[in-house]
Amino acid sequence: MNLLRQSVAVARKDLAIEIRTKESLNAAGSFAIVILLIFSFAFESFSDEMGEFGGGLLWLVFVFAGALVFNRGFARELPNECLDTLLASPLSAAALVIGKAFANFAMLLAVELVSLLVFGIFYGVDWLSVAGWLGLVFALATWGVSILGAVFGALTVNLRLRELMLPVIIYPLMIPVLIAAIELTNTVLNHRPVSGQMEWIRVLVVSDIVFTVLAWVLADTILVN
Amino acid sequence: MNRAIELNQVWKFYGDYAALRDCTLAVQQGSCCALLGRNGAGKTTLLRILAGLTTFQRGGVTLFGEKPRAEKARRESGFLGHGIGVYEDLSARENLHFFASITGNTNLRALTDSWLERVGLARVATMPVRQYSRGMRQRLALARTFIHSPKILLLDEPFTSLDDRAIAMLSELLTEARQRGATIVLSTHQLREALAIASHVALVENGKLRYTGERTQEMLDDPALLYRLHTELGTPQ
Repeated sequence: MNLLRQSVAVARKDLAIEIRTKESLNAAGSFAIVILLIFSFAFESFSDEMGEFGGGLLWLVFVFAGALVFNRGFARELPNECLDTLLASPLSAAALVIGKAFANFAMLLAVELVSLLVFGIFYGVDWLSVAGWLGLVFALATWGVSILGAVFGALTVNLRLRELMLPVIIYPLMIPVLIAAIELTNTVLNHRPVSGQMEWIRVLVVSDIVFTVLAWVLADTILVN
Repeated sequence: MNRAIELNQVWKFYGDYAALRDCTLAVQQGSCCALLGRNGAGKTTLLRILAGLTTFQRGGVTLFGEKPRAEKARRESGFLGHGIGVYEDLSARENLHFFASITGNTNLRALTDSWLERVGLARVATMPVRQYSRGMRQRLALARTFIHSPKILLLDEPFTSLDDRAIAMLSELLTEARQRGATIVLSTHQLREALAIASHVALVENGKLRYTGERTQEMLDDPALLYRLHTELGTPQ
């Protein structure tokens, strides 16, 4: 309970800063829109094949935009030595990492919502008709990439080339989550039943649990020294 | 009296360089220990080890019998490092509310308001910290450090670049903390201010504790005495 309360406090603080500065959201949101716009020239709008490439296209955009969000997560703690202050405080390192993941999750979801609107306009997709399953898939997959982003954001926070190193490290680890998310998103886009793809839902759930437990257990080791 | 802080034969290496060498120190509960020493002597490293921010290679460290990273030790300590440790894009109220909430305090609003009043920031409580003057930031950092009434205070050069109002405030807070039985370890170059508050003194040179003991009247009368008696640099040519 204490862990959850502290994590929520960290997430609220990060979101309050983000709402004020809009550093991550502006960068990630505009990046996502520009990439979708460029892809709209490459792929024919209202194409029948959209159901085959749509999921891949969307999730590539989300993880690239996500890197911009994840990089800012712990970098936000560097001015005024706020990270040291937090680590020396009663806040547990696990709560700090999970709180960062909550904030990543909220920001990435916001970027995803904007991207879905833009994608829907370019490719004529009616998202409302598939909102239920899509919401579940996006929630599970976004948590997976958000917690990974938070853990490795903590690991790379003191590196000079962290903007480069973070994506290089996290993208390979995201592969199971990404494959599942792409498969399920394509299924939803094609109006096929997700109940026939439950193994991918299981992959997402297991990945989320494994990454969250690893974050909880390794946070202190990662952040101290 | 109980020992609040114990360092036992601590060695800390940065690569091959020994930043701390065989340091042993016991700080009694309720006392105020001034860590003295020149730049690079190892004072900050020692404080960071006590705060659980840096690991060490040999020896042992406990705060109230717990390792520095233990939750109980962190809950009962307050750390003020070289940075002020507050967020520029949040207001003073939001900063204090956040730090009070992660320390497990209840009645956050009342606690935050009382500290804003105490450090003279109530009038500008909703203004972002980036718009504050240096003195105002320092006072906010003091409120942030003391807000959960820690039993151990670890302060790294707390007097450095404080304005006179903040120095008076810090001295008052430290006196109050001692009255409620808090243990204080502070590193400083400002010998006079530190010796005026300290009950004990530890002198660090080249990573070694050259002297530990009670602060005496002679030290107050002649703050450089310790350096002359106990350091190689102080040895007359």
